[in-house]
This record gives sequence, structure tokens and C-alpha cells, in this order.
Amino acid sequence: MLSRIFAIFLKELRQLRRDHMTFGMVVMIPLIQLLLFGYAINTNIRDIPVGVFDQSQTGLSRVLVQTVNATQVVKFQYQYESIQQAEKAIAKQEVRAVLIIPKDVSQRLARHPSVGLGSPPSSDQETSRPVAHWLVDGSDTMIAAAIKSLRGMPLAELLSKPANRNTPTFEVTLLYNPEQRTAVNIVPGLVAIILTMTMIMFTSAAIVRESERGNMEMLITTPVRPLELMIGKIIPYIFIGLVQVTIILGLGYFVFSVPLNGSLLSLATITLLFIASCLVLGLVISTISKNQLQAMQLTVFVLLPSILLSGFMFPYEGMPVVAQNIAEAFPATHFLRLVRGVVLREVDLSTMAFDIYWLLGFTLIGLIIASMRFKKNLD
Amino acid sequence: MSDFAIEAHQLSRHFGMLKAIDNLDLKMPKQEIYGFLGPNGCGKTTAIRLLTGLLRPTSGEVNVLGFSLPKEAEKLRLKMGYMTQKFSLYEDLTVKENLNFLASIYNLDARSKTKRVNELLDIYRLTTKANQLTGSMSGGQKQRLALAGATIHKPELLFLDEPTSAVDPETRRAFWSQLFDLCDNGTTILVSTHYMDEAERCHKLAILESGIKRVDGSPEQLMKDMDATVIEISAGNHRETKQMLVALPEIISAAQLGTRLRVLVKKSVGEPITFIAQQLPYVSKEFIVVTRPSLEDVFVTCTGQSRE
Repeated sequence: MLSRIFAIFLKELRQLRRDHMTFGMVVMIPLIQLLLFGYAINTNIRDIPVGVFDQSQTGLSRVLVQTVNATQVVKFQYQYESIQQAEKAIAKQEVRAVLIIPKDVSQRLARHPSVGLGSPPSSDQETSRPVAHWLVDGSDTMIAAAIKSLRGMPLAELLSKPANRNTPTFEVTLLYNPEQRTAVNIVPGLVAIILTMTMIMFTSAAIVRESERGNMEMLITTPVRPLELMIGKIIPYIFIGLVQVTIILGLGYFVFSVPLNGSLLSLATITLLFIASCLVLGLVISTISKNQLQAMQLTVFVLLPSILLSGFMFPYEGMPVVAQNIAEAFPATHFLRLVRGVVLREVDLSTMAFDIYWLLGFTLIGLIIASMRFKKNLD
Repeated sequence: MSDFAIEAHQLSRHFGMLKAIDNLDLKMPKQEIYGFLGPNGCGKTTAIRLLTGLLRPTSGEVNVLGFSLPKEAEKLRLKMGYMTQKFSLYEDLTVKENLNFLASIYNLDARSKTKRVNELLDIYRLTTKANQLTGSMSGGQKQRLALAGATIHKPELLFLDEPTSAVDPETRRAFWSQLFDLCDNGTTILVSTHYMDEAERCHKLAILESGIKRVDGSPEQLMKDMDATVIEISAGNHRETKQMLVALPEIISAAQLGTRLRVLVKKSVGEPITFIAQQLPYVSKEFIVVTRPSLEDVFVTCTGQSRE
């Protein structure tokens, strides 16, 4: 049993070593994806291109524009002469929003409660009038939210008054990622995504490739058992998976300063479990598909929901219950919880036993299914 | 235990409407080379797959080396070797790596593995190629490696599916002498082929056509029992003669071989030379002779109902 598994393992390793393309992908996929995602995925939005339609043309309105610009949330790039012009500009995506400053901006500002210069003191209706108006392309919720966040912008410095120090309703302490850097959340998540992608892809082709190249007819006339074949085929990729995790977390640590808080032992444990579950999923795909193209299509079919539902893109808790239930089926969802827990929050694995057992069970059941589906005949 | 390596009774395998193998009866003696002769698509590969347990029969019984298939296929695997029609070892492994892999799969221990692999490299003249990638080798070398791989565990029974279709005649001769060596050492061999000269080397053979066994026996026996007389005509216009003769119901076939026309006349015709001479008044009788049948004649006689 063991010697056969070892023979298959050795064979896979040799074939892999001679397959330079695949070997290159092992290193390049995590490297490139990490850099791409690490830099590109950024939920802290800055420098949204916007325009201004200034109806008042006063010194005050110009200072207002500068103050808004100074928040760095938006960047004023165009001036417009009419509302229609502004709407058109948004429609053709010249800018994502336009700030409309009314003629009476000075009066409005004077009556604004944070300035409080109104005499007589402003009535309720008048105080509710904002200083200016944003016209926003609301189709992208992230951009809309960023501009909405400007609503409460302090205005005191407009008039060179000291900023009013209101006591906030809540005190907020941000644990684990106080600077709110996206990379801290993205990089551990990328471990899950890249492993899902490469591990399932490698093994989903593993069995079909033997059939396509004609090796299968020879292999099934030997006394090799399906389980031996399956185990022998996934072991080399476990090592590859570990190499990839090292690349991702290493780069994350050095390039994006993502901390590695948990113990390496816990990290290795959960990573091995996840790699095994992905490889086994790939094997099941491989026993279902008839050729490598089908295997690849099925891989993508699994990969997309893994990425979208696992909590990598959107917080798991924010998804509808149906989506949450679907997400539970994918190993990536469980691993994402585990890896963020270990890497960022230094949790003890015993508190996340459910996810660990789930991955373990998935692997074992998958291995059995793959072995059972693999028939040693040509019917 | 029976004296036969393979016994099949009323074996059939259908693929949808197609009867790939139809009621095949076989009795294959041990330690002999048995041939399946037939044109492409006649069911040779399907028959071999049924006999190796790779395919399950639609109906019928198979007993190979005392194992009932497909139930006991796994037990049979340790005692049989199979050389597939298409080269099926790993092209991205070297010769030695392929053999080592197979040796481990057949559970040879480390010492006997090294010994057996070196022995095979020696027998099949692959020692100098041991570290060459299999994909870069010639057809003949691949074929020798495939045979080495199929015999690594010294199987009692060896299946060879068109083993020489990709090699030159010289290599084929050498290959057959290796098969006879194996046979002398006690291996039973089943080989499928569409080459007459190859079939003639078998101890026994079965001629298959459209999934049906037309005839079986030793090549000599088949030629002796052939239901036709072979006549060679060495004069006249062969094209015209041929067209005229094949139209007759007594004539099975007529084919030109160089300057001669080879005609198969049914045995039911008592005096074949006289019969032919009557048909060809312009050809002198001395140019019409009875000749020794070949295996090809047997093949044509029992398969070529519609063949010219």
C-alpha cells in the first residue's frame, strides 16, 4: 500500500518537475495575484474625480471647494456652467459626482448651526438647509458611500474658527487593523483564493490527463487500488500548496506589512487541512469530467462562488441567509475564517473547532467519493 | 484447474445497437501464442478488453486463469500483463523511471526491483536508453519498453493488442522471437493483429469479423480445412478475367499478384482447373495451376462474402 502510494507520488513529482509551465505557475500565480490584489483591491476610496457647478462665484465658494478637496476623498477636475451640463458629465463618466454650490451659499453658511451667526437665530426650516448639494452617480455603492461620508464634514475651518470639538456619541476602538489598511484583510484572504484556484486546478486535471494521454488503460490493468492512486496523486500538491502559502504570507509580511500574529503551527495545521480539501475536490471533479476542458470548466464553476461567497469580497455576515448556506458548502469559507483568525487575531484553534472538523470531514468524504467514482474498467 | 488459460462461453458485448462482440466461444490453451486476426473494427480490442476485465460483458461467461470475470478481475491483474494498442507508458518519464514505477505498482521489493529492471533493460536492449525520456524514443524502442513493462511481474498471461502496428518488419521479427522466448518460459500470449505474416506465427488463431468468430485453429489446420481451392492463372488479361470470374457464384475471390491472378474457387466445384479452363477458353490449361493456400486465402474465404 505505502510503496505504491510512494511510487505514484514519485511519478507525479517527476512529471511535475518536467512540466515547466505548471511549475512556473506554482510560483507565478501567488506572486502576481498577490501584488495585483494587494495594490488594486482597496476599499478606502480616495481621489474620486468630481466637478463643481458654482452658482455663487464668491471667495467663500472657492474656499469651500478647496476644503472639500483637502479631505482627499474627491478631486475637483472640472467646472460646469449648468445643471444639465453637470448631469451630462456624470452620464458620460467624466466625473462621478458634481458639487452644486447655490447662489446664497454665504447666507446658508452663516445660518449653519456649526457657525451660528444667524440673526435672528435660524428657524428649524432654515437650519435644515445644507450649504451645498452633491449630485452623485449612485450606481457604484462604494463611491456613493464615500461621498455620503462627506455630509458631516466640519465647516468651522472655512471661517478660520477653531474646529468645534463635539463629543462623539460613541467611542470606537479598532482592534487588529487600527489603521484600516485593506491589505491586512485581503492578504490572508488571498491565501484561501489562490489555494482554491491552483489546488483545484492542478488535481482536477490529474485523472483526466491520464485518460487523455492513454496512460489510464495501462494503469487500470495493474493491481493499483483507487485509493492508493488518489492519495499518491495529491501528496506532491500538498507541498506545492505549502510553498504557495509561504510566498503569499511572506510577501504580505514584507511588502504589505501584514502581521503574522498566530503560531506557525496553527497556521500550518489549517493550511494543510484546506489544501487537502481543495485537492480532494479537484480529484472529484477529475473523476466526473471526460476531458481537461470539462475539468477546467467545472473548476471555474467552483472557483467563482468560492471567491464571491467565501467572505473574501463581501463580509459573510452581510450576505442573505441563502447565500450564507451555500457559502458553507465551500472549503474556502471555512478556511477564510480560520486563516484570518490565526493570522490577524491570534485565536486558539480549539475555539474554531467547527471549521476544522468541517474541512477534515470534507476531505475524507471527498476522498472516498473520488475513489468510489474512479472505476477500474472502461464501461 | 482447467488446461485452458482462457475460456469464454457465448460472450457478447453490445454498445447500443452495435454488437461489438457477438456470442464468442473461445478455448485458449496454456503456454501457446494465440492470435486474433481481423480487419480494423472487427472487435479485436473489445475482445481483449473483455478478457482482461476492462469491459463487462453484456452476456456470457469468461474464465481467465481460473478467475471468473468481471468479478475477480482484481485477482487476475497480478497474473496478467497487457500491452495496449496505443503506447500507454509515461512519455515524460525516462525508460528506467517507467519500469521502476511499474515494478513498485506490482509490489516488487527494492532488491528484486533493481534486479528485474536491469534484467528487462538487458533483454529488450534498452540499457543504453535507460535514462532517455520515453517520448523521444523511436516506435521500435517504445514497443520494446511497452513489452518490458507488461512483463515486469512475470505474468502467466500476456495480452498484446496490435503490438507491431507501428514498427518496421525487421523490428517485428525481433519482437516475435522475444514473444517465443516468453512463451518457452511458460507464458501464455494472446496477440491481436491484422498482419497475415504475424498471424501465421501463432500456434492457434481465431479470425474475427464484425464481432463474430468466423473460424479458429492452427494456421496449418485452417489452410488445410479451407473451403476453397487456390488457382493461379498466369496468362491472359487479368483485369478482364478477374471481372468475369468474380461474377460467378462458384468463385469466392480473385486478386492480382504481380503477373499472376489468384482465384479462390469453392470446394463444391469438383474439378476446379477444368472449371476455370471452361470459363477461359482463350487461356491454355498449362497456365492454370492449383497452388498452396496462404493464410490470406483463409482470411478472404471466411470473411470475404462481399469482398472482391
